[in-house]
Amino acid sequence: MAIFLQNLVNSLQWGSFYALIALGYSMVYSILMLFNFAHGDIFMVGGYIGVGVSFGLLALSSSGILAIPNWLILVLTILFSMFLTSFVGMIVERVGYRPLRNAPRASAAITGLMIGIILETGNLILLGARRVSFPSLIETATYDLGGVFVTNKKIMIVAVSLLLTLALHQFIRRTKWGMAMRAMAFDFVAVPLMGVPVNKVIALTFGIGSALAAAAGILFGIAYPVLDPYMGVLFGWKAFVAAILGGRGSILGATLAGFLLGFTEIFVAMIFPSTLRDLIAYSIILLILTFRPHGFFGEPYSARLRL
Amino acid sequence: MLLSVENLQVSYDNIKALHGISFGIEEGEIVCIIGANGAGKSTTLRAISRLVPAEAGTKMTFMGKDLLGYSADKVVSELGISHVPEGRRLFDNLTVMENLRLATFARRDPERIAADLERVFSIFPRLKERESQKAGTMSGGEQQMLAVGRAFMSGRKIMLLDEPSMGLAPLLMRSVFDSLTEINKEGTTILVVEQNARMALQFAGRGYVLENGGIVLEGGSGALLADPQVKKAYLGG
Repeated sequence: MAIFLQNLVNSLQWGSFYALIALGYSMVYSILMLFNFAHGDIFMVGGYIGVGVSFGLLALSSSGILAIPNWLILVLTILFSMFLTSFVGMIVERVGYRPLRNAPRASAAITGLMIGIILETGNLILLGARRVSFPSLIETATYDLGGVFVTNKKIMIVAVSLLLTLALHQFIRRTKWGMAMRAMAFDFVAVPLMGVPVNKVIALTFGIGSALAAAAGILFGIAYPVLDPYMGVLFGWKAFVAAILGGRGSILGATLAGFLLGFTEIFVAMIFPSTLRDLIAYSIILLILTFRPHGFFGEPYSARLRL
Repeated sequence: MLLSVENLQVSYDNIKALHGISFGIEEGEIVCIIGANGAGKSTTLRAISRLVPAEAGTKMTFMGKDLLGYSADKVVSELGISHVPEGRRLFDNLTVMENLRLATFARRDPERIAADLERVFSIFPRLKERESQKAGTMSGGEQQMLAVGRAFMSGRKIMLLDEPSMGLAPLLMRSVFDSLTEINKEGTTILVVEQNARMALQFAGRGYVLENGGIVLEGGSGALLADPQVKKAYLGG
């Protein structure tokens, strides 16, 4: 039982990363019916921006210019990196996708893959082929809950990702920008007739998705403090699987599927040799998709008008 | 002239849909464009709303401003040209209230918005009853009311209506046009395109007849209703 609970705790953390990244895929898809295949690399860029921001804040703090405790540096790092990374996402949209708005979807998909490669190799050129460590901002404290070990970092990671998901949900439900996103998901063409600046809404969608990916990147850096330029590739693809499994365009679905993916991977590794983890875990996912190709919350087919 | 269109040309995939049509509307008027399916009626409205690009040589001005310099959303938010599109195109996944609110996205005048909302609910009391219902679950008549209400909220120097009678029973059709007359009396100019020529000409003061992408006839509604050609082609004999 203790082992089961221990793995449950671990998979909650692991699933948090997938869930946060999957949200970005889903948000963009619901509006543009396009998968932003550069999104996994934006997760990577977000992690690196987090490293830069946190080192910058640490330097400011130790030089006495801005004497703030480490936990506040962490909070500021997350917020400021999310802000900066949102611009990376908006630039990707502006440069890569907007010119292809009326082109075949395959062109946009290929563009996304290319932008991903540019981000990866650009990082190599800029920082070289060495791994970068995320600074340790908070001391790890481990709590023993009757044989189940929980660290303060794990609690924080799960709490922050749930908080961000909840905030996104509220944003989409309650604000006029969120309302515009829902309207665009239903009927893209009619939205400008409401006086809504469509391009701004799209830019914001990319921005928010990228900010969430940045949060995932930083949380990942806190749990596994070694970053490399290709960390976003496999992670991005897996989060993409979560977005599909959740149902294309569904926020709730992407979150649940992200956590489900985390559970599947961790529990498969608990039973089988860990080298077979992805093979078995994704065979299970494939099986689910065979019986439910549109995912948990997706529509079986889209009857939407696109004129 | 509130809206002036000169030599409007639009093509879809190199096939000309409008061959340089010209018309104009004075402030406060109700004008209709009648014509058969495929004559170019919807294209005309879409060109004014800047949803489809007009070709070189086209001149369109609204209150003296060059329409071609505005994007589709700015046409609504800055010029006050609202458009009730063909098939209504409501956001079925949003509630009635959200549909109305979305139309005020770019507006910065909360007091006027509140007053306009009151007015929409007084013209269409049914919408008030259905306020928190999803738009997609309403009847066709109620959906048309919401489409008009939404246009009312988005800006209303002029309202462009694309086949408002489509899919409505005659009685409902009549009540929608009555509401439009009421809205017009309060200062909104109306341009309506219709296949239902009789209904449109009874409602409008003037009309244009569009055939194969060109205007073939124009005049006062009475004259058009009495015109033997119009009678034969559009009024069933």
